[in-house]
Amino acid sequence: MRPGRYLPVMAALLFVAIEVPAHAATIQITMQDLVFAPAEASAKVGDTVEWINKDVFVHTATARNGDFDVNIAPKKTVTSVLKKAGTVEYYCRFHPNMKAVLTIAP
Amino acid sequence: MFVRLSAAIAALSILGSAALAQGAKPTDPQIAHIAYTAGVIDIAAAKQAIEKAGNKDVKTFAQDMVRDHEAVNKQALDLVKKLKVTPEDNDTSKALSKQATEKLNELAKLKGADYDKAYVANEVAYHKAVNGALETQLIPSASNAELKSLLQTGLKIFQGHRQHAEQVAAKLK
Repeated sequence: MRPGRYLPVMAALLFVAIEVPAHAATIQITMQDLVFAPAEASAKVGDTVEWINKDVFVHTATARNGDFDVNIAPKKTVTSVLKKAGTVEYYCRFHPNMKAVLTIAP
Repeated sequence: MFVRLSAAIAALSILGSAALAQGAKPTDPQIAHIAYTAGVIDIAAAKQAIEKAGNKDVKTFAQDMVRDHEAVNKQALDLVKKLKVTPEDNDTSKALSKQATEKLNELAKLKGADYDKAYVANEVAYHKAVNGALETQLIPSASNAELKSLLQTGLKIFQGHRQHAEQVAAKLK
């Protein structure tokens, strides 16, 4: 096997390996004691959000503009992929005092 | 409706004044029993509302009550098991249960919009009273840190219930 021949391929693979995580990151948003943390988070379109519910209560992450509505059972984690850019205020439908903001860059 | 104090609320007020008068604090096993009983009462009222309520917001509110109070009570049971504490029945719990049964029977006789209004009005008053008892009596008296923390989480969630009940009540007018 001549290493030289595969160099461009390997370089390309390396490039992909580095590029993919930069394009699609995973951010974590926790629900604990009826609070979303962090209260303000930033992400990009295509990123995955891990919604981690540490409470014994069912929560939702419901965008006021209707962009997303995620149900998270007690002590469970749910993932969702962000599809639209924008500054999205979201809350829990069951506990509307829980409010936070997610800024999604294009 | 508003003049007539709900019986359960009266019992909670008695809890406040009796404990203050005697200077006696409820013990952790008693606190656990009172908190659990208060939850059971609200769940029973909510289940009746899910059956009887005509208004969609009232039904949704009742479903929220069942879900949240069952979650808190399950947590409370897990905690007493872990702490090896046996919840202790007491006069406050007994008065709460007795009077809640009376309230439930009273509400059972109402129909339609009258029922919806009476249920929600009682929920506002009941959560107000329970939250008051939690804040001034039960939380300060709790000696176990985990019990105290659970009561604090309960207070936070029940404050939300009161606001929610007030919003529903305002819409029914």
